[in-house]
Amino acid sequence: MSIFLDENTKVVYQGLTGSQGRYYGMLNRDYGTQVVAGTNPKKAGTGVDGVPIYATVADAVAHTGANASCVFIPAAGVRGAVLEAAEGGVELIVVITEGVPMHDEVYLYNKLKADHPNVRLLGPNCPGLISPGKANVGITAAHIAKEGGPVGVVSRSGTLTYQALYELKQKNVGCTTCVGIGGDPVPGTSFIDCLAAFEDDPATKAIMMIGEIGGSAEEEAAKFIASNVSKPVVAYIAGVTAPPGKKMGHAGAIVSGGKGTAQAKISALATAGAHVGQSPSEAGDLMAEIVAGF
Amino acid sequence: MDLLEYQGKQFFATYDLPVSDGEAATSVDGAVAAAERLGTPVMIKAQVHTGGRGKAGGVKFAADIDAVRAHADDILGLNIKGHIVKHLWIEKASDIAEEYYASFTLDRSAKTHLGMLSASGGIEIETVAEQNPDAIAKIWVNPIDGLTENQCRQWVLAAKLNPTVTEQVVELLLKLYRAYTEGDASLVEINPLIVTPAGKIHVLDAKVTLDDNAGFRQNLAPYDATQPRDEREAAAHEKGLEYVGLEGSVGVIANGAGLAMSTVDVVNQVGGRSANFLDIGGGADADVMAGALEVINNDPEVRSIFINIFGGITRGDEVANGIIEAMNRVDIKAPIVIRLDGTNAVVGWALLEPHLSDRLQSEPTMLEAAQLAVELAGSTPT
Repeated sequence: MSIFLDENTKVVYQGLTGSQGRYYGMLNRDYGTQVVAGTNPKKAGTGVDGVPIYATVADAVAHTGANASCVFIPAAGVRGAVLEAAEGGVELIVVITEGVPMHDEVYLYNKLKADHPNVRLLGPNCPGLISPGKANVGITAAHIAKEGGPVGVVSRSGTLTYQALYELKQKNVGCTTCVGIGGDPVPGTSFIDCLAAFEDDPATKAIMMIGEIGGSAEEEAAKFIASNVSKPVVAYIAGVTAPPGKKMGHAGAIVSGGKGTAQAKISALATAGAHVGQSPSEAGDLMAEIVAGF
Repeated sequence: MDLLEYQGKQFFATYDLPVSDGEAATSVDGAVAAAERLGTPVMIKAQVHTGGRGKAGGVKFAADIDAVRAHADDILGLNIKGHIVKHLWIEKASDIAEEYYASFTLDRSAKTHLGMLSASGGIEIETVAEQNPDAIAKIWVNPIDGLTENQCRQWVLAAKLNPTVTEQVVELLLKLYRAYTEGDASLVEINPLIVTPAGKIHVLDAKVTLDDNAGFRQNLAPYDATQPRDEREAAAHEKGLEYVGLEGSVGVIANGAGLAMSTVDVVNQVGGRSANFLDIGGGADADVMAGALEVINNDPEVRSIFINIFGGITRGDEVANGIIEAMNRVDIKAPIVIRLDGTNAVVGWALLEPHLSDRLQSEPTMLEAAQLAVELAGSTPT
């Protein structure tokens, strides 16, 4: 099994007619994802390589039965695009776009929670998610993920997610689903959401979690692991050597006022019983050992 | 991006918050002229991106023009925690009866906005939080509902300020919340928020952080121009690269913030030290890669360069072309170690193959590449 995404998920791409949307939309389709529609109000009635374009997500849902959306719209349009998708009736909205203002993110998070509690928002500023062998929605380089499980992966960073998948594949360890939650301050889906879903997924036997400096999401995840996760967790935290006060690329990745340090996160996770690797490859080794013991 | 105090006050003024009349100056003569226009007494305040200005001698009261001249001369060029003072803010001096604290910021855990208000202003809020947490009245504001007047009044009452200023503070906080949300701020802080002997509330200091991502709907250019950046950081910023200068000798280029951070960590782990954090971002093309190499190449401390690319939205062929282009365009002083995986990595390798030498080496994994880069940094003469 997998979480959030499988071979039956039908995805509409908002921004399929743009260069990035088209490139990754077609890559996702080649992988096996059901790419059923795209949207562009100015190009309704046309198509992209055989995929029909509708004016709105609601139209796409009505005609194709799409139940998920993937957003490749520029940052200024993300707020509108996500609301359109939620109102259009999809259950999963994956926002790849980076550079979305914090005030738009916190608005979307609370708006969806209040008016569309059954809609899952993933991102913004995330690589998407992949259930290897079933479907890939977003920009993950799919060939680096080995299908078949038993590891669920959740990560705050895009490229580190690929690194984690790659380390697992090198060690012949497969993945049920890999979820990139994104590095922004207000992600739609949190570590805890993913940990809970992996805990409930019978095919997932162990969980790999990739975090980074800034905020307290890893500490909150550690608390959740201690009381709610029975499956083994391997963690890696990036930014051990990051100087305080300097934003390390991601809007969320900053050590400020002595808070959000890698050390605090590592010790919280270790105390919660997680196995913490000092590098992505060490985390991969730890996971390979655990999987070998199953 | 962090605003200087005077920029923060000008930002607040556009939302009708009560700030003092003042002028920015970059020279002693400019400060004197400003003080003459404003009328003494005035405060002369160093404008730097760090706290503790008062203790460092960066904030002075000037009763007359002679004092303005003397203080401006002292403060300009002052080194405050590594920040050299280039800007002064001259403002009308205020008499203070009481000092409060007010702020809005994002509570990342609660995923709503957090307002903090305290009658114990004038000192760092972290200190108040530690020593007397009950002195801070907090309010969590859901962005869907916004801050209502009623809510705001309850909050002000909970902070136990002087009751005579309750209505003024309510009005001010509603404006401050508007500045925070409409201005795309991630932090607005007034410390101190003062009450004058005449019973008027007034913004005496301003700390504002605006969201870099809001550039498409806010004019951030004037603030961007005064950001503190060392030479390397300025050059990288000009090329649109995410760069943070560090102290080591291994230049790091990676794609994605997480991988870049992790690369810096792994270099450290195998016994080296990174000269920088540099994220070329998602979807970087050959030109971006060439620009990144130029920035690293201009850092005199760099002894080896570690390029760590895991292609997702970034494509291996573009990365390879960028490296080849940069090597043709400029004389890269330090040897390069590259690790390339992910999208189009095979095509990238085919492009790089004919160029491999002791100046451009490859390793299959991140760890091995880090080891080689650190080894090369150690053996490259300074």
